[in-house]
Amino acid sequence: MSASARHFDVVEGGDHAANYSPVGGPVLNRFTRLLLVVIALGGLATAWRFIAGLGATTGLSDGYPWGIWIAFDVVTGTALATGGYALALLVYILNRGQYHPLVRPAILTSALGYSMAGLAITIDVGRYWNVWKIPLFWGSWNLNSPLLEVALCVMAYIIVLYLELAPALMEKWRTGTGPLASISRSAYPGLMKALPWIIGLGITLPTMHQSSLGAVFLLPVLKAHKLWHTPLLPFLFLVSVLGMGYAVVIIESTLSARFFGRKSEGTMLAKLSQWVVYSTVVFLVVRWVDLIARGRLGLAFTDGMYSVFFWAEMVCFVMPVVLLASPARRANAGYRLMAALGIGFAGALYRFDTYLVGFRPGPGWHYFPAVPELLVTFGIIALETFVYVWAVKRFPILGGAPAAKAKV
Amino acid sequence: MDRRSFLKGVAVAGAAGAASSAVPAAAREKATAPADAVGLLYDATLCIGCKTCVVKCREANGMVPQTKASGGLWDQQTDLDGDTRNVIKLFKDGERTSFMKAQCMHCVDPGCVGACMLGSLQKREYGIVTWKGDLCIGCRYCAVACQYNVPKFEWWSATPKVVKCELCSHRLAEGKQPACTEVCPRKAVIFGKHADLLAQAKARVAQSPGRYEPKVFGETDGGGTQVLYLSKKGVSFEDLGLPNVGDEPTPALAQTIQHGIYKGFIAPVALFAAAGFVTWRNRNKGEPGGGA
Amino acid sequence: MPDSDVNLLDRLEAKGVTRRDFMQVVTVAAAAVGLPMTLAARMAEAAGRKRKPSVIWLHFQECTGCSESLLRTAHPALANLILDLISLDYHETLFAAAGYQAEDALRSAMKENEGKYVLVIEGAIPVKDGGIYCKIGGRTALDIVNDVAGKAGAIIAIGSCASWGGMPSADPNPTGATGAPEVLKGKTVVTLPGCPANPYNFLGTVLQYVTLGTLPELDSLGRPMHSYARVIHDDCPRRAHFDAGRFVEKFGDAGHRQGWCLYKTGCKGPQTHANCSLKHFGEVEGAWPIGIGHPCFGCTEKAIGFRVPLHQTVEISRPVPPDTYPPIHADHGGVSPLATGIAGVVGGIAIGAGLVASKKMAAEQDSHREEK
Repeated sequence: MSASARHFDVVEGGDHAANYSPVGGPVLNRFTRLLLVVIALGGLATAWRFIAGLGATTGLSDGYPWGIWIAFDVVTGTALATGGYALALLVYILNRGQYHPLVRPAILTSALGYSMAGLAITIDVGRYWNVWKIPLFWGSWNLNSPLLEVALCVMAYIIVLYLELAPALMEKWRTGTGPLASISRSAYPGLMKALPWIIGLGITLPTMHQSSLGAVFLLPVLKAHKLWHTPLLPFLFLVSVLGMGYAVVIIESTLSARFFGRKSEGTMLAKLSQWVVYSTVVFLVVRWVDLIARGRLGLAFTDGMYSVFFWAEMVCFVMPVVLLASPARRANAGYRLMAALGIGFAGALYRFDTYLVGFRPGPGWHYFPAVPELLVTFGIIALETFVYVWAVKRFPILGGAPAAKAKV
Repeated sequence: MDRRSFLKGVAVAGAAGAASSAVPAAAREKATAPADAVGLLYDATLCIGCKTCVVKCREANGMVPQTKASGGLWDQQTDLDGDTRNVIKLFKDGERTSFMKAQCMHCVDPGCVGACMLGSLQKREYGIVTWKGDLCIGCRYCAVACQYNVPKFEWWSATPKVVKCELCSHRLAEGKQPACTEVCPRKAVIFGKHADLLAQAKARVAQSPGRYEPKVFGETDGGGTQVLYLSKKGVSFEDLGLPNVGDEPTPALAQTIQHGIYKGFIAPVALFAAAGFVTWRNRNKGEPGGGA
Repeated sequence: MPDSDVNLLDRLEAKGVTRRDFMQVVTVAAAAVGLPMTLAARMAEAAGRKRKPSVIWLHFQECTGCSESLLRTAHPALANLILDLISLDYHETLFAAAGYQAEDALRSAMKENEGKYVLVIEGAIPVKDGGIYCKIGGRTALDIVNDVAGKAGAIIAIGSCASWGGMPSADPNPTGATGAPEVLKGKTVVTLPGCPANPYNFLGTVLQYVTLGTLPELDSLGRPMHSYARVIHDDCPRRAHFDAGRFVEKFGDAGHRQGWCLYKTGCKGPQTHANCSLKHFGEVEGAWPIGIGHPCFGCTEKAIGFRVPLHQTVEISRPVPPDTYPPIHADHGGVSPLATGIAGVVGGIAIGAGLVASKKMAAEQDSHREEK
């Protein structure tokens, strides 16, 4: 069977080569119980936010209207959820079918990640009761606003992600009885037929909104620090998101192999890590050329804390590239994981620096997240993790033959 | 992917692009103030810091005095905020001193309007930038975008609003002036047609060059503002807290780039068509009947 | 020759009040109550009319301080002026007569000027137990006031006691002391609260009634707007100290000696409607509570005077900005150390765990080949 054809084996309702199967076993254990505690705390903090208002529960202010819920949960959270997008480019466009077994868990991570970003945004906005109007009141759309593009695109992409995830869910449901089973059986073939176009959307939409997340910060011309503000923001956000997407796939696959007792997809991941290197190198080159061409490189040495954060970013981007330069280290799961964590952190730091650290409203303003604000963020992360664990245990998401008993 | 499918993909993309070019692209023209634009002229050399404008603004806009910071003694503001649409600040650097009236600049091409997703903030009658809450989700992008840090938020409220000076448009509707200009005892801040005020401001600078900084802030700054400022000679506008925004309107860069990318929505449609086509093509290239 | 036939000014001159004194007093009175300066001429003209308006002055639960404040003026002119503008047909304190003659005078004044006389009430009216706690000539105050008010042309309640009960009405108010407006429900009563009432407020009201035949504009409590529309705080000579934050903390301290604001010692000025700060008492400059260094105790206000402790502070009813200015770039407060701590710890743990785990994994792999 040709490598190029392997990736579409779901057509007939069973991917034998990838061998998707639920991990099984109890969902509740020490780790997931701890997650539930964090989720509960986050839930309480969220309830408090809606009762007492944002002022009482966050460190947000008129100087810093956006904090970690935007910089981390939305901007970084969606960036870390682009595994599905990054893989789709490889698997479906460049036809690298060998990565296919990584797609389903990546789609799950993406669906959950974007859902959590949607949850975070609903908690963050002050007048949340109007959010439903965004897609419907198209007569009032301000097409000049980059944020509108982000909102509409993310809303559409969440639907696309769940449609892309649906085959995995339907494969479990259709074997049972009841309305869910019959719907799954009847919808499955139609869904399969439409899948290429759904995937087409799954490539177009993230390209649009991840670059627009960069465009959002084009607007505060004076308040965004010159080490980060550039007309190339949309491009830089898009390129860095690719690296983060592949990195998250590596992290997710390595940890799943470790904790869910699945065979490690070492060779695939080793090859994938090359794409991390390519996208990161492009990012770094463009970033540096842009800074030099704009005459802003000096700020990297003369601007105190801002220079420090800039160099921290650079170290975090360069370290993984160096680590993954040698094939031997690419073949080593540990170094791969370290490098992937590094890229994930670097991309997150880049977004944090653009949206928060490098945002200067003027003297006299300070921001640090308040305790309820932090609890909500931790709760969201814990919720995503918990649902992920539950989903891989109950649904055929992970591929590879079981190699050992699940540790988690 | 082979050459054939690639070329087919490009053809599909091209067709889709041609179809979508029916959608007109919004060009980035230079915005100008509307013909009936009104505004304020604040002459810092005339202001005596009596703060009557602050008190009257509160009353005219139904805002509650903020006495918590002073333990109930005074209505004390340190800056514009969700309760304060107008504030008098003091610049002091040794011998150089000046009062400064801070409020919304009512830009000709505002950053907040460019940012707002559903157009809650818009330039409405007379070019006044007003906020309407029925389509506002409270995302605060307007606050992020404004170079002057004007739009403020009611952080303490469970149903927060965006708060800023709206040139007392409710009073203008009754044929009255904004509250601040009506009560100013020195006519330090005056109300009128933007074009008239601009001409007056320039005349003042020309006639008394020893008195004023040689510039009317708001003539071209940030694409122009309908609230104009004159400063005492020796006190720069930056000293008064007005940033050096240059002549480009705030939203110009973002909009030029976004329009460039999304012109006619060609690129997204083309990308979608190409991606979908290639994916579909690749799948069908697999052995008949698919399967393992 | 009957009084009414002699010109008022000549009459005053005969008593040693010069034309100048007359004009001075009238001008001040007119200005204080917002009447035009041209009033003097009209006043003289009105006073020259045949009939001076009849005034019946009743005393009930009172200390007579309001009458005294009227009389204890530095210039005899004021007292004389008032007493010459009107025909004071009944006044228990000032009357030479007593007993039956006094009662007769009351009855005949009422009969002759029915519907036209001005009734001035000084003192509260007890209503408990049928009003037995104040009886004059065998009749309760309640009966007297209802009787006399019934045929009056205008009713003025002078002093806090007559306006709303005053000192006799302080808790537990054993006699049920009540103000005239409450007793005379349905009638228009001009109230001039104060303890004592400022005599110029009375003068202004009488001047207007005598000269123009009208009563001044009244607020919802019957107080003339010309004297009671603003609170003491808004016209206080120590207001600049309030605005600048210069307060007396303790009686006798340095601030007190310098005449600083008495707000913190319990001044009720911010809630008390009166014009004492503008027109002092006894025509002595500075003769009013704040002027002599004691906080206002809100004697005109029913909710405050004789009710709220002397040295308890009140809310500012209309707060305005202080005398200080915020800087161009104000400091907006800082970072929560607790949140910093938590975030730091969690972040550190996460990063540390990631590094340690991946290092371990790397080491493991190096020691044996990876499964394919």
